[in-house]
Amino acid sequence: MEQFFINSVFFGAVISLVAYEIGLLIKKKFRLAILNPLLLAMLGVMAFLVIFKVDYDHYNEGAKYISYLLTPATVCLAVPLYEQLTLLKKNFKAVLVGILSGVVASLVSILGFSVLFGLNHEQYVTLLPKSITTAIGMGVSEELGGIVTITVASIVITGILGNVIAEGVCKIFKIQHPIARGLALGTASHAIGTAKAMEMGEIEGAMSSLAIVVAGLLTVVGASVFAGII
Amino acid sequence: MKYLKQFGIILLISLMGEALRMLLPLPIPASVYGLVLMLIALMTGIIKIHQIKEVSAFLIEIMPVMFIPAGVGLLEAWPSLRPVWIPVVVISSVTTIIVMVVTGRAAQRIIGKEKKEDGTVFY
Repeated sequence: MEQFFINSVFFGAVISLVAYEIGLLIKKKFRLAILNPLLLAMLGVMAFLVIFKVDYDHYNEGAKYISYLLTPATVCLAVPLYEQLTLLKKNFKAVLVGILSGVVASLVSILGFSVLFGLNHEQYVTLLPKSITTAIGMGVSEELGGIVTITVASIVITGILGNVIAEGVCKIFKIQHPIARGLALGTASHAIGTAKAMEMGEIEGAMSSLAIVVAGLLTVVGASVFAGII
Repeated sequence: MKYLKQFGIILLISLMGEALRMLLPLPIPASVYGLVLMLIALMTGIIKIHQIKEVSAFLIEIMPVMFIPAGVGLLEAWPSLRPVWIPVVVISSVTTIIVMVVTGRAAQRIIGKEKKEDGTVFY
């Protein structure tokens, strides 16, 4: 049996899709935000791999074809963005101020917590790019001398958490305007947050896509300035 | 052949994004270059929405699934994460909420202000 999982090319992709479908069913049945299909699917696959002692590499043999589509899918985010271009131009100032405040808040709060936890320079710069999309974040971390594996882990944790709590946070803090919601999700939790924004609505999705790009670029500059502090 | 052509166009833009990634020495991924290139192509009319509409809608719809392998990859990162997992998880979680609230409230405040000034509805 284990040998089969190791040799199969389709196993990794199939178990990911099945786990996601099960996640959707559970979400539909219980209707709780914490029962996020993405989160459930990941935990389900993790449990399966641990129980059946399948290596991540063997799982990824099949799963990598799902990840492969991530670049083309990100390219496609230009479509909702293009469709909301008029709205974007009208609200240019709000978009810019929103994303900029978010990026500054991210860097300042990471600095504050790093001081609080007594992190060293290496650990601090590892976390600085945690709110931006993985590929940019990895580059920033590497350049500043951080530990790239941990940066990726914190980016993934940030994304999933953002995806799970988005609706609750918007409700509690009264973020009701679709533009504000989209910007908040994209700036705080990059592409994984954008996946949730797409579910919320077209405007949310478009603004979140834009925020991935703008917040990513602003963080490249901002992180290099903040890196000198600790 | 409609879908094949749509997928082809999207892959071509992704490829151009990869080319830019190789040419320019910035820590920016091919996907972000591709997104910007696609937006420019749509704005200039080189690519029309209907030429990519269905496949792009499909790819965006299944996007959450594409993050499962990365998330499961946390298993692999566990040995290096283990000694620092508490600060990493606490900082990642709390700052995510802070950024979400600050961004959303800041944007909303400006939208509200502008709305009051000229009385138009923005959405």
